[in-house]
Amino acid sequence: MDFLQPRSWAEALEAKAAHPDAVPIAGGTDVMVELNFDVRRPPALLDLTRVEELTEWSMDEGQVRLGAGVTYARVITELGRELPGLAMASRTVGSPQIRNRGTVGGNLGAASPAGDSHPALLAAEAQVELASLSGTRTMPVSDFYTGVKRNALEPDELIAAILITPPSGPQQFCKIGTRNAMVIAVSAFGLALHPDRRAVGTGIGSAAPTPRRAREAEQFLAQALDEDGLWDSRRDLPAGLAHDFGARVRAAAAPIDDVRGTAAYRLHSLAVMARRALTWAWDDYQKAA
Amino acid sequence: MRITTTVNGEPREIDDVWEGESLLYALRERMGLPGSKNACDQGECGSCTVYLDAVPVCACLVAAGQAQGRDIITVEGLAERDTLHPVQQAFVEAGAVQCGFCTPGLIVAAHDLLARSLQPSDQVIREALAGNLCRCTGYEKILDAVRLAADRLADASASGR
Amino acid sequence: MTTPTKVPTGAPTETASTAEGRIGDSPLRPDGVLKVTGEFAYSSDLWMDDMIWGATLRSPHPHARIVSVDIGAALATPGVCAVLTADDIPGRNAVGLEHDDQPVLAERVVRYQGEPVALVAADHPEIARQAVKKIVVDYQVLPAVTDGRQALDPSAPKVHEHGNLVRHFKIRKGDPAPSAPVVVSLDFEVGMQDQAFLGPESGLAVPAEDGGVDLYVATQWLHVDQRQVCQALGLPPERVRLSLAGVGGAFGGREDLSMHVHACLLALHTGKPVKMVYNREESFFGHVHRHPADLRYEFGAEADGTLVYGKVEIIFDGGAYASSTGAVVANGATMGLGPYRIPHVRVDCYGVYTNNPPCGAMRGFGCVQAAFAHEALMDELADRLGLDRVTIRQRNGMREGDENITGQRIDSAAPVAELLQIVRDMELPPSASEQRDLRDLPGGVANSTHGEGVVRGVGYAVTYKNVGFSEGFDDFSTARVRLEITGGEPVATVHTAAAEVGQGLITVEQQICRTELGVERVVVHPKDTQVGSGGSTSASRQTYVTGGAVKAACEAVRQRVLDRAAATIGVAANTLRLDGAKIVAESGDVVAALADVLGGDAVEETVEWRHRPTQRVDPETGQGDAHVQYAFSAHRAVVDVDVELGLVKVVALDTAQDVGKAINPDAVMGQIQGGSAQGMGLALMEEILVRDGKILNPSFTDYLIPTILDMPPMKIEILEYADPHAPYGLRGVGEPPTISSGPAVAAAIRQASGKALRRVPIRPEHITAS
Repeated sequence: MDFLQPRSWAEALEAKAAHPDAVPIAGGTDVMVELNFDVRRPPALLDLTRVEELTEWSMDEGQVRLGAGVTYARVITELGRELPGLAMASRTVGSPQIRNRGTVGGNLGAASPAGDSHPALLAAEAQVELASLSGTRTMPVSDFYTGVKRNALEPDELIAAILITPPSGPQQFCKIGTRNAMVIAVSAFGLALHPDRRAVGTGIGSAAPTPRRAREAEQFLAQALDEDGLWDSRRDLPAGLAHDFGARVRAAAAPIDDVRGTAAYRLHSLAVMARRALTWAWDDYQKAA
Repeated sequence: MRITTTVNGEPREIDDVWEGESLLYALRERMGLPGSKNACDQGECGSCTVYLDAVPVCACLVAAGQAQGRDIITVEGLAERDTLHPVQQAFVEAGAVQCGFCTPGLIVAAHDLLARSLQPSDQVIREALAGNLCRCTGYEKILDAVRLAADRLADASASGR
Repeated sequence: MTTPTKVPTGAPTETASTAEGRIGDSPLRPDGVLKVTGEFAYSSDLWMDDMIWGATLRSPHPHARIVSVDIGAALATPGVCAVLTADDIPGRNAVGLEHDDQPVLAERVVRYQGEPVALVAADHPEIARQAVKKIVVDYQVLPAVTDGRQALDPSAPKVHEHGNLVRHFKIRKGDPAPSAPVVVSLDFEVGMQDQAFLGPESGLAVPAEDGGVDLYVATQWLHVDQRQVCQALGLPPERVRLSLAGVGGAFGGREDLSMHVHACLLALHTGKPVKMVYNREESFFGHVHRHPADLRYEFGAEADGTLVYGKVEIIFDGGAYASSTGAVVANGATMGLGPYRIPHVRVDCYGVYTNNPPCGAMRGFGCVQAAFAHEALMDELADRLGLDRVTIRQRNGMREGDENITGQRIDSAAPVAELLQIVRDMELPPSASEQRDLRDLPGGVANSTHGEGVVRGVGYAVTYKNVGFSEGFDDFSTARVRLEITGGEPVATVHTAAAEVGQGLITVEQQICRTELGVERVVVHPKDTQVGSGGSTSASRQTYVTGGAVKAACEAVRQRVLDRAAATIGVAANTLRLDGAKIVAESGDVVAALADVLGGDAVEETVEWRHRPTQRVDPETGQGDAHVQYAFSAHRAVVDVDVELGLVKVVALDTAQDVGKAINPDAVMGQIQGGSAQGMGLALMEEILVRDGKILNPSFTDYLIPTILDMPPMKIEILEYADPHAPYGLRGVGEPPTISSGPAVAAAIRQASGKALRRVPIRPEHITAS
């Protein structure tokens, strides 16, 4: 096994081009588990922790440009205002030690349907910036997930950054685990209200082969809010709207039974989380007036 | 491969490290520092918590090569000669130690918490230590120990010591 | 109802010393500083210059015939020192706690997924791991039986040639066909719990010049390990020396062998020290678990709630090998109806072989599973009759002098009603509506509720558990105590083989020496097989039995010292006592210095000490004095349940327990707190999921144990009603909390959710199911 240790982003891209089968490692919270338990023996590891460009975030043309190597701990402490949904999700990741080390880019690289950041990224309609020696491309995060633990990265590409527009409205994140801390999601839900665009964003975790948006539910809710003039009036939500939204979120999921929970429970819990998240988000929206 | 690091203030160099090895293995089996514990090898128990460049991490999830040139402090590096750190002393006195396998990780995690937070509430203590499993104590005496250490550190801080 | 009081008991004899840290005190543990500095040497920390690493090839199948094993490629791997199979075992390829039914390495057949088949030793663990994968085993998969009830069907596949029944324990008491005005019944299911000790199975075997081996290992019982290792290696005990390495928790999971024989085989074969350390995944395959149980209960009662009869059928799934299943079955049967007076009883308790993972000892040992069922049924009975759930337990609760269901008279305190009253009277936590912080709500910071759906529930449970080994077992411990003057100061050295697994036995040994000999300095000799057996660190027995042995050895040492002093001074020995460095007369006058009496001599005594004998029970009726002592505890759990999402936050887990005499009150509290947490874990989250004989979640990612955010504050009240038959009046402490806590949590969730919940662990989907 080789251990590649680029010192800069340019070196990293060169290394990945030269060793397309090298496995990138940052916080190690997924890769090291696979190594420790002999799940995989890649020909090379590509250590990205020395690439300073990845560990920075900045505001860039009204967007947060979150380097792929920024840890969850820093998202929580530094970006609670700019990325509230992601910060809420980050607080539920593993343990303090994991949050000190794990990165949002790593969560995307692993592309597990249970990754905690995905619902928040989906709801915020984040973009992912991918790079290789041949150039840089950007895609909506919803297009990035291509299958169970698979993503849109080409063999010579690395995740450079996540681009997220700061919120114009409230965001929420909820997760179900069978323990009150340090637990992988049985199901998870992210919600973002975008009053500037009169739009709604959602993200579903652990309830389909990939993280996904509940697009029909988003449109249903955005339209309902529009039709009743609620974006402007910020009046109370009509009875049953949150419930109906929950039902539509549930309909967007395609979960399975596994050791962490049943498909039926995942569906049920998504409906409840979506209803509650909307209630809380709307409460925040009303208070923010 | 060869790795050079600073561990508990001392420069260390180890050779013939397998590229897939964890920092935990390197500390325990190559550097003679088995204080960091090997309970789960997957970041789910916190027993191997060490400071890596002043940040508490699970040593089992750090590739040994990632520690190249970094500064590591393990549980073995917290006492000053024969004087226990107040966190260590409190764990002994409060009966927070039974089998003790979780203890080194908890000591480092609590040490970090009390370096950041002078008088943490129980909720803050619980959230800060939620990554450290203990199977023996039910955590009650661990909370006692952290409260005791916090009080003593606050007293020491107030008295300017 | 008497007022709960701390009854002073078991006051040490008149020779009680003024030394600090005697019984009843809570001195600091002698290994505490080593443990907080990382210097304590656990079994996985051992290291020698020229040591090599062992690894194990395990069966992927629950049941298969081994057609052939090809080790050629593995052996040819650079860095590999040895590859061993069943053919390389010099002695008997059979070990086991109660029955030698388990091969050291599978020979013709594998009976569970994870069964060891071959061993590798290599320079580096990675080389050993990769070499293991190069061993080619040709398996012919056989039909597997993976359901405990199905295993009893005569048509089921046979796990062993002699059939699938390990033990059937019958209790027949009173009217064989009783009737009662009120009848309640239920079926209950308990999932497979894991001990989840944090220190993985590990140790170091060092070949010795005499052709024997020195094994440093984490275990609960050095001598039963030694017997089995000797048998497998074909070596006499004097050439198989075991020393206790640091133990990272045990809870029953280290009573059986794991890597012991394997490391010794590799060490003897290679002539090098061999270290073996399981990782967490292998650990789930490397030790026995708590038996899953299928329980069918029926109680008959009078209209006022007085129990008339109990009919019980329990099936414990023992998995592929017997381990301690027989004793678990006995416990499940004899204590399976709880600490209640029941005149008419019929119990059929079975332990069976299946092709599931082997199950054996875990804290609570057969009583844990039964308690979920009998406590759920007591609640059901109370509800049926419109009676209070605590009152009905108090009405039926055992009292001293009562007969239990095996006809044994309870001949010391049985404060069931009082324990329940204490927990009922404890202050309740603030109501749910006053909580706002996410960390106090079900789901925690995962932000699944801000109070929506949250319902408070309160549940009660009570239990009793035997202490020590039962059914006529020769249950003893050995202690060697030496008293001498070192550096001008009296020093006692205590040597036992009783395993310190974290519970604090070494502290207790010191306390007893200080109490009996009046010395301050007590050295605890490392635990090894150079002294006689201490028996198992299990069944809540060590403070009782090894404590009893240390006390007796101290008394023997003291007697010799006083005899010697009396002879010198010319008075009767029984007029003297030992206090620190002084010999003191009845008048209180110091009549001699210990240093003068001892001179340069050491006085040493070795004592084998037994508790009162127990009896085998009648095989047809189950009647007999099976157990030596019973320990009682009650729990009250308060939970907040998000009934819409099925998530639970335990708000309080309060308990009262009679400990006879708290030898070390702080350690007693630690046992109760930790034990309560394990019981709560089983109620809420802990289960090894097994499908078709295969473990689905062998990791701490998916086998969840409570974190500090899951545990509530615990109020604890200790009663000290001396058992006149036990040393100092003490009662075993470690297990009762693990038995009564889980059923109390389950009861609280039932109350909050209104659901029957007849299975543990209770999963969110059980609470939300319509």
